[in-house]
Amino acid sequence: MTIAGQEVSVNAEGYLTDLNQWTKEISLEIAQQEEVTMTEKGWEVIAWIQEQYRNEIPLTIRKVGKSGVTDIKEFYALFPNGPLKKASKIAGIPKPVSCI
Amino acid sequence: MKRALILGAGTAGTMMANVLAKKLPKKEWEICVVDQHKTHYYQPGFLFLPFDIYQPEDVIKPIDDFLPKRVNRIVESIDRVDPKTNQVLLENGDLIAYDVLVIATGCNIAPEEVEGMMSDKWYKEVFDFYTYDGACALRKKLQTWKGGKLVVHITEMPIKCPVAPLEFAFLADAFFTEKGMRDKVEITFVTPLSGAFTKPVASNKLSYLLKEKNINIVADFAIEKVDNETRKIHDYGGKEVEYDLLVTVPTNMGDPMVERSGLGDDLNYVPTDKCTLQSKAAENIFVIGDATNLPASKAGSVAHFEADVLVENILHFIEGKPIIYEFDGHSNCFIETGHGKALLIDFNYTHEPVEGTFPMGGVGPLKLLKETRMNHMGKLAFRWVYWNMLLKGLPIPFVPATMSLAGKDFTPIENEL
Repeated sequence: MTIAGQEVSVNAEGYLTDLNQWTKEISLEIAQQEEVTMTEKGWEVIAWIQEQYRNEIPLTIRKVGKSGVTDIKEFYALFPNGPLKKASKIAGIPKPVSCI
Repeated sequence: MKRALILGAGTAGTMMANVLAKKLPKKEWEICVVDQHKTHYYQPGFLFLPFDIYQPEDVIKPIDDFLPKRVNRIVESIDRVDPKTNQVLLENGDLIAYDVLVIATGCNIAPEEVEGMMSDKWYKEVFDFYTYDGACALRKKLQTWKGGKLVVHITEMPIKCPVAPLEFAFLADAFFTEKGMRDKVEITFVTPLSGAFTKPVASNKLSYLLKEKNINIVADFAIEKVDNETRKIHDYGGKEVEYDLLVTVPTNMGDPMVERSGLGDDLNYVPTDKCTLQSKAAENIFVIGDATNLPASKAGSVAHFEADVLVENILHFIEGKPIIYEFDGHSNCFIETGHGKALLIDFNYTHEPVEGTFPMGGVGPLKLLKETRMNHMGKLAFRWVYWNMLLKGLPIPFVPATMSLAGKDFTPIENEL
C-alpha cells in the first residue's frame, strides 16, 4: 500500500505492520483519514506511544493517563472517538487487542 | 538444605509446587509454599455460578488437598520480598530465606480504581463475577431480577480471562431466554477495545454471534465513573450508558505485596522475561501466571503451559546452566456461547486464534473457533481435568506446552472486516 508516496506494509484495517516504515508524513495522512488534527502535544503523545511499543509495554488508557505527557481528558480531545485505536494507527503500531 | 519458596497457592503456585516436588531432590531442597488462604477456588466456575449451572460447592476445595506431602505449607499473609537479602517477610514478622523464589500471587479486582464503582450499590445494582463473593451475590440477584437494562462491562485491559465477559453476555442471553423473559432484558456489552472481537479471523468468523443473540455493543468506552444515582456509566469522551444492572469487570491488579516489594509496574504486575519467565529484578526470582506482566492471556491454561517451561529453567538456573527454555505465549480456552454450545481457541504470542481441529491436527475431536456441543462438553469436562490433572502438574494428553501449528488454518483474511 502507498501512503504519502511511500510503499508500506499494512494489515487489513490499515495499521502499519512495521514501525520502521513509519514517517511523520505517513502519520499525517493517516491522521487526516481518521479526522484527527495533529498538534504539537499530539506529536508528543505519538512519540511516547512509540517508545512504549519499542519497550514492549502494552498501551492502555491508564498508562496514557500516568504518562506525564498528557492526561486522559486531553488524550480524548487530541484523538476523538476511540483515542487508543486512532493514536495507535497514527503512531504506526498495532491497536490494543484482546485474545479473540 | 536449600529452599525453593513459592508465593501463592492458586492455580500457578499449586502446579509449580507439584512439578518442583517431582524434580528437586528431597535431601537437598525444601519446597515452601506461602498463602494466607485455605480454600482453592476453581475460578473458571465463577462464570457459571450466577446462572445456576454450577453450585457454590462445585468450585471450592481445600488448598492443602493439592499440595504434595513434602511441601512446607505456611498459612500467613506476605508482607514483602526483599530481593537484596533473598528473604520474604511475612505479616507475622517471620523471615523466610530462599535460594529460588517463584512469585505466583495472581491478580485480583480493584473496583476502587474507578470513581463510584464501590458504593452502597455494590452487590445490589453493581456486581463483579470475578470473585467468589461477587459471583454468589450476582447469583442471588439474578434469581429474582425482573429484567431491564443489563450492562456487561470491561473497565480496562489487561484482565484475567479476557473472554469471560463475552461468555457472561452469551450465557445471560440463554439464561433469560430459558426463563421466558428475554424480551424484558436488554443486554449491552461495553468494552474499552475496538469491539467485542479484536483479532481479524475471530472478528470475521464470530461477529454474527452478537447479532444472533441480540446483544448491543458499545466499543472504545474508557470508563471515567459510575453514577449510582442516575444509573449510568460515563466515559472520558462524553459517552454514557444506562443500566439497571451493571455487571462489570473492574480493573485487575497484581497483589499489593508486589507493590510493597517494589517489584511491580503501575498495575502491580511483575516485569518478567516473556520467554524465560525470569523476573527482570533478580536472576533467582521467577514469575508465573497472572502475577506476570506478560503479553499473554491471564488464564489457568497459560499458567499450565508456563509451568512446563519454568520448571526446566529453574533446574538449569540451579545447575548454573544457561536459561534456554522459551514460553511461546500458548493459551487455550473454551468460550461458552450458551444453549449447550461453546467455542474453543488455541493461540500464542505470534499466532492469532484460527479455525482448525484440536488437540490432534486433522483429527480433532474438537473444532477451533466454531460453536459446537462437543466444545461445551469439553468445557464441562475441564473441571475434572483441572482438579485431577492440571493442579497436580500432570501433562494433558496431546496438548504440548508450546502451541502446535498442525490442523490450523492460517489462510489470511483480507478486506472482509
